[in-house]
Amino acid sequence: MSLVVQSEHEHTLVEGVNAALQAAMERDDRVIVMGEDVGKNGGVFRATQGLYDEFGEDRVIDTPLAESGIVGAAIGLATHGLRPVAEIQFMGFIYPAFDQLVSHAARLRSRTRGRITCPLVVRAPYGGGIRAPEHHSESMEALFAHQPGLKVAIPSTPVDAKGMLTAAIRDPDPVLFLEPKRIYRSDRQTVPAGDHEVPLGEAAVRREGEDVSVFTYGAMVQPTLDAADVLADAVDVEVIDLRSISPLDRDAIVSSFRKTGRAAVVHEAPRSGGIAGELTSLLQEEALVYQEAPVERVTGFDTPYPAYALEDYYLPGVARIADGIEKVVSF
Amino acid sequence: MSIQYADDRSEPYRVQVLDSEGRVLPNADPPDLDEETLIGIYEGMLLARRLDTRAVSLQRQGRLGTYAPMAGQEAAQVASAMALDAADWLYPTYRDHAAKIVHGMDPASIFASVGGKPAGYVAPEEVNVMPEYIPIATQIPHATGAGMAARYRGEDTAVLCYFGDGATSEGDFHEGLNFAGVFDAPVVFFCNNNQWAISTPVERQTASETIAEKAHAYGFAGVRVDGMDPLAVYQATREALEKARSPGPNEARPTLIEAVQYRYGAHSTADDPSVYRDDVPDRWEERDPLDRYRAYLRRQRHLDDERESDIEDRVVRRLEAAVEEAEAIQPDPVEMFDSVYAEPTPELEDQRADLEALRERYGDVELAGGH
Repeated sequence: MSLVVQSEHEHTLVEGVNAALQAAMERDDRVIVMGEDVGKNGGVFRATQGLYDEFGEDRVIDTPLAESGIVGAAIGLATHGLRPVAEIQFMGFIYPAFDQLVSHAARLRSRTRGRITCPLVVRAPYGGGIRAPEHHSESMEALFAHQPGLKVAIPSTPVDAKGMLTAAIRDPDPVLFLEPKRIYRSDRQTVPAGDHEVPLGEAAVRREGEDVSVFTYGAMVQPTLDAADVLADAVDVEVIDLRSISPLDRDAIVSSFRKTGRAAVVHEAPRSGGIAGELTSLLQEEALVYQEAPVERVTGFDTPYPAYALEDYYLPGVARIADGIEKVVSF
Repeated sequence: MSIQYADDRSEPYRVQVLDSEGRVLPNADPPDLDEETLIGIYEGMLLARRLDTRAVSLQRQGRLGTYAPMAGQEAAQVASAMALDAADWLYPTYRDHAAKIVHGMDPASIFASVGGKPAGYVAPEEVNVMPEYIPIATQIPHATGAGMAARYRGEDTAVLCYFGDGATSEGDFHEGLNFAGVFDAPVVFFCNNNQWAISTPVERQTASETIAEKAHAYGFAGVRVDGMDPLAVYQATREALEKARSPGPNEARPTLIEAVQYRYGAHSTADDPSVYRDDVPDRWEERDPLDRYRAYLRRQRHLDDERESDIEDRVVRRLEAAVEEAEAIQPDPVEMFDSVYAEPTPELEDQRADLEALRERYGDVELAGGH
């Protein structure tokens, strides 16, 4: 028996995902991983690397190529005592499983008054910026956030990737865990080894400021922080990483806005019907009298995600984000 | 395995024990059942037939919501569910009322769920029945996953999953059966082929000669059974469940059973079948599951006039008690906020408080009576 040294590791975001899976599987034999190419191949992004060798084919299951079958079978596993973590290779291919998630995973607890529950995690890399073919870059999280009974969590750092995925696996309800693949390997952080949990539903203040609150998540956090730096001489920007878009951390959102009275929301998903609109509505309801300016939405456009030669125009970058913040501040 | 044909080669072979007069066919192999089980099957089928009539009548009186009738399908539902062990799991559709009752649900739960009351979906802790599935075929991959879980946990339980002929056209039918074949899941996929998906005949669902033969593409056995013959249904289901639990050498655990039957009534109380089809054809009425089975039991001296009338009385009393119980349920409106998540979100707490305040202010009649 080897002595396991509980130390800290320098991890990328995708390594944080991997570390969370490894630790959860080691701790709890109800946790299994399933999906396309997650076994011997270790996942197309290597998120499940090493798990097959460590835990074997009964717990790291290469499935047929069928998204509804993966999530549907995972629901059956979850309702019958296991803690499946299903991978959908890209969010753009999740739609065959949409029915399973919204019609069943999200509703079983409510329909059965808690007799049947569905502690399921579906992981999917999402978002643009990696010069990928069509259907590999979408950010359609709002579709899922609209469904009662589902939780939608999106980490933006290696520490959160491990901690939030750990929380998602322990959560008694189904969680869609969306991983911003553009920043899978863009940064390293010291990630606690062993048991490390970051509760779902809690936003994080990434930069404190007094003049304007900018709410964002996923791969948009870093360009938002960069925009705040660009404006630092003139504007004191507060940046809030939502981390969970369902449920939203209302207290954190509202209290930041009460302090600044001005807000922008940054996401790469299309604007209309999106999370930015939901936040705007929340601020109106909870803090209208504090409001000094219209809430600015800095988002993807209401177009299908463009072919990648155009994606840098579609995705909010530092210039667009800074421009949006200036609009709010100068109103 | 190729499809077997009946002697006259007019239609593919199906497992059958009873002829249309309720006599055991010469080469048939009836299951070895004790009298209590034989009578239990009869009582379950009679309850199904009477429940059906009662539910349609209650719907017409405005006392029940949209109901999916099951007349003609009693043998398939009751005899297949009778073949389960208590620890096995049942995945029902919106039409499988009788199967749910056989596996432990109270008849009141049927009237409650059809009456729009949430309590009707909740199985008691010791009853292994999933809530009825209303989308088509989506339960099939779940049943496969439940079977995979049983194997993973080393449990000796099997899963019985119902769906109709229309469901075999859905992608989830393919994905669920394909996963079951690949992962050798202990699941019996039970297709109630009642010939109709609302107005669409089975010939429009598939160009395959049978539904059972689709099993071969997934690497496991398909069985075609007379779905209006309870003894044949019991036999086929029991064998399939035993194989799911302990397959022989080179045997796959899953089975696809196609139970051939006829939906006598409408798809639902919201449907008018006279628009798209004639009355129930004689060749189906001749196979009526209750008539045939009653004749069989009488011939075997398990049933006489007195016993039949006792069973009838018991069934009617049970149904009346169930209707009364279901109608007495008054769901609390704020119940809808319970169990969305294990822990309610602040939004749900707020919305619950909003609804409570509105009820307080306006009263239920004004608030919810104006629709």
